[in-house]
Amino acid sequence: MFSGFMTNAWEVATLVALVAGVVGFFVVLRGSAFPAHAIPNGAFAGAAGANLLGVSPLLGLGAFSLLGALAISGLTRRTRSDVATALVLVFMLALGAAFLSQSTEYEPQIFALLFGEIVGVSSSQLLPVVVLAVAALAAMAFLFRPLLLTSLVPEVAKSKGINTTLIDGAFLVVVALATTMTVPVVGALLIFTLMIGPPASARMLTSRPTVAALLSVAIALVVVWAGTASAYEWNWPMGFFVGAYSALAYGVVALVKKLRS
Amino acid sequence: MSFLFEPGFFSNGPVRSALLLGAVVAAVSAVVGIIAVLRAQSFAGHALTDVATTGGSASTLVSASPLVGFIGGAVVGAIAMESIGVQRARRRDVATGIVLGAATGLSALFLYLDTTRSANTGVTQQVLFGSVFSVSPSTIPAAIVIGAVVVLSVALVWRKLVLTSISEELASAGGTNVRLIGLLFMGALAVAVGLSALVIGSILSTALLIGPAATALRVTKSLPRAVTLSIVLGVLATWVGVLFSYDSYYWDPSSQGLPVSFFIVALIVLSFLAATLPTWRSGRWPVRTRRG
Repeated sequence: MFSGFMTNAWEVATLVALVAGVVGFFVVLRGSAFPAHAIPNGAFAGAAGANLLGVSPLLGLGAFSLLGALAISGLTRRTRSDVATALVLVFMLALGAAFLSQSTEYEPQIFALLFGEIVGVSSSQLLPVVVLAVAALAAMAFLFRPLLLTSLVPEVAKSKGINTTLIDGAFLVVVALATTMTVPVVGALLIFTLMIGPPASARMLTSRPTVAALLSVAIALVVVWAGTASAYEWNWPMGFFVGAYSALAYGVVALVKKLRS
Repeated sequence: MSFLFEPGFFSNGPVRSALLLGAVVAAVSAVVGIIAVLRAQSFAGHALTDVATTGGSASTLVSASPLVGFIGGAVVGAIAMESIGVQRARRRDVATGIVLGAATGLSALFLYLDTTRSANTGVTQQVLFGSVFSVSPSTIPAAIVIGAVVVLSVALVWRKLVLTSISEELASAGGTNVRLIGLLFMGALAVAVGLSALVIGSILSTALLIGPAATALRVTKSLPRAVTLSIVLGVLATWVGVLFSYDSYYWDPSSQGLPVSFFIVALIVLSFLAATLPTWRSGRWPVRTRRG
């Protein structure tokens, strides 16, 4: 389980959990679950488009997730954010449907893009993942304080001269970065699960932001490691285990909290 | 005429069922969508289509009726979201996310089993993107009946729904059971969304729910007019989309044509942008609502 091609899988899983744990903490704090679902899901269309043009899927994913993030933050200024997100998402998916109808994509490949195939991570896929993970984590470190301020006390952030709209946009761009790095290996739907379940559980356990962010990473790591081991053991899709374990973590924490009070 | 309508458009069976079913689903979504947009529940509406998909993929596995799978999945999802906490706007976001995450995980498993056990190729694409053209005409009566029930139940509590959507405090001061109304609406939303996810696929389902309603609410401040406009926009986009998709097979003889969902969504998004752009500078949401 820990040798050969599985080494890559473990490394990628760990990186994905680190990024998803930190980014997800802010997703939950800011109530941005919908954009965090929409960007990876819509970016899937980018991979389909890249396939049609014969370029690297990473390029298509990057372009679509970035454009999606910018479109959502641009439209949000003019209309309500949930409407903007829904419309950007369906538009990207509709383009994806058009791309797929023109290509002769093999069904399992579509399935892998959506639900992930972590055991198939090759060494050449590893480098872009590492680079993007470092970029996303660096951006989060840089944005940590202003993001915390604009999320928790927007009035204070405003009085300090922090540009809230700019921070909102920058955050969605980080979500786009995280998407680009994770979709080819873990699938468009898995990354969203990881950005919600672990941070939401962590937030229930502590109200201190830094502790909650660290706890969120720890839970994400446990979920992903357990998911990788289960996927290897039973040969079922990775996305199922990560989704199930994330929801399980949240359920257990909620139950314990209810019993204690 | 033959320039616009390629040969056989009106005599083609699948096209006729697509026009009819598409219009039914678009009209039901347009009515429910007005309330969903007012209540800032676009995310819940979209998430329920994905949860419905989980039910749909499970029904393929046990070879049950997909109609039962889709609507059952959405209703179970709505109950789960309510019980985690959809009442408060902030927790609503997380509750929806948790249910959506768990449901997509299950979808992954069911679709995997569907494809490995039955060599049922194309099931992933079919469930996600659907196609109005592939719907069997036998679902038409069921779709009409279910759609009518949804619209009727929403119409019965319309005034209370609108009031709770605009101001919860005002509604509960007036003696309305806000929780019950919220629950009832989630139920209606689940059934409507389950139905449309089955008929037209989950992307189109969200587009028809949110797009026409949001466009109509930008154009007019009067609610009755917004409902009418929303229905007209939804049905029109669906019909024109079906026409374009049919015609697209003739545009380039070597190509496979473009999917219906692409045209319908493109038309809906364009109409929303057209309604938004003139007020781009002073853009304000006409009806004040809770932020989600």
